[in-house]
Amino acid sequence: MCLAIPAKILKIENNLAQVDMAGVKRQADIRMISNIKVGEYVLIHAGFAIEKIGEKEAEETLQLLREMV
Amino acid sequence: MKFVDEFRDRVIAERIIKKIEGFASFKANLMEVCGTHTMVIFKQGLKGMLPKNVNLLSGPGCPVCVTSQEDIDKAIALARDKKVIITTFGDMMRVPGTDSSLEEEKGNGADVRVIYSPSEALKIAKQNSAKSVIFLAVGFETTSPLIAASLLDARKEKIENFYIFSSHKLIPPAMKALLDSKEVKIDGFICPGHVSVIIGGNAYRFIAEKYNAPCVITGFEPLDVLQSIHMLLKQIEENRAEVEIEYFRAVHPQGNRIAQELISEVFEPCDVRWRGLGTIPKSGQKLKKEFSDFDAEKEFRPKIKKSKENPDCACGEVLRGVKRPTQCKLFRRICNPEKPYGPCMVSSEGTCAAYYKYGGGLA
Repeated sequence: MCLAIPAKILKIENNLAQVDMAGVKRQADIRMISNIKVGEYVLIHAGFAIEKIGEKEAEETLQLLREMV
Repeated sequence: MKFVDEFRDRVIAERIIKKIEGFASFKANLMEVCGTHTMVIFKQGLKGMLPKNVNLLSGPGCPVCVTSQEDIDKAIALARDKKVIITTFGDMMRVPGTDSSLEEEKGNGADVRVIYSPSEALKIAKQNSAKSVIFLAVGFETTSPLIAASLLDARKEKIENFYIFSSHKLIPPAMKALLDSKEVKIDGFICPGHVSVIIGGNAYRFIAEKYNAPCVITGFEPLDVLQSIHMLLKQIEENRAEVEIEYFRAVHPQGNRIAQELISEVFEPCDVRWRGLGTIPKSGQKLKKEFSDFDAEKEFRPKIKKSKENPDCACGEVLRGVKRPTQCKLFRRICNPEKPYGPCMVSSEGTCAAYYKYGGGLA
């Protein structure tokens, strides 16, 4: 039940954003995220964005995994 | 899908498993606390890929599963009130109470509606001003800030027919209770990713420092889980007990401050009863006095007879990691997703449901 899905921010209007969640457009409440911009990714849980996903951090994680020998 | 597909690479997975196989000199019991991790582990067949000395235990991290029988019975009693509309996440519908379920009550004419977000419950309240709309607030720290936000919206918009039945629970006190009981040996925790988004990595430091139990906060893709297992084994081998964040693309040591403020504006900690774990001090969240007018329990005082669990159902032991579902006498014989006897078979994240659906020959 703590499932949260990555989604891309398409449009922002006050506390609400239109997001693309695996190809489906939905509305999400973004009041819990500060300084969010169109094009950035968030995790959506039950209609609310709960955190930004760091692109740089994701790439760093993958880099660490790829370098594992 | 971005942030998903790249964390499912088979070649890298095999490489991490090789590394995991390198830690062959000791046995490790690792508990995945979160039900969503349980599902990933089973769905992706990760359990079967691990060497025998690495044992994964499922913990109490499915909110529907740990909801006490009394709370299930109270929710059912609330649904029987003709002036009430119950709104709930879908997993609650089929959980068997002492003598009924929400699904059964709906069949008998109760107005019970499955929703995706608490803001939908608020919308239903606005559209049905002659009725009282109660949201069954079941969930961990991931969910309670959303409920808090919806209550603040209700207050701002002066919606007076909206209530919640708060059965919120907190994860770190449950981990502490498991360690205090010493019933199961836990050598490390695969900590929940999305609970940790809210509370932050620092919230587990007392587990690592006082109990000497390594903690790794873990994302939800197969590579995340495997990498975390590897990190835990490394900590154990090096005799370290720290909080590490594998899921650092979304989790920060301090968590999400805005979400934490929403929680503390509306809720305060309280002692609460968990299925299988009993009453755990300060492990629940009740509405603060200023928000008690939203409290469905205070407003409607649901009356229940003495709640009873099926004496043969092993959900309690399964939630503590003491028993595997296959050790329950009801599992598969009469208990299945079609006719569940306990919540761990109902919930899509329940350990019994995971074993039933994906467990195959695993003992």
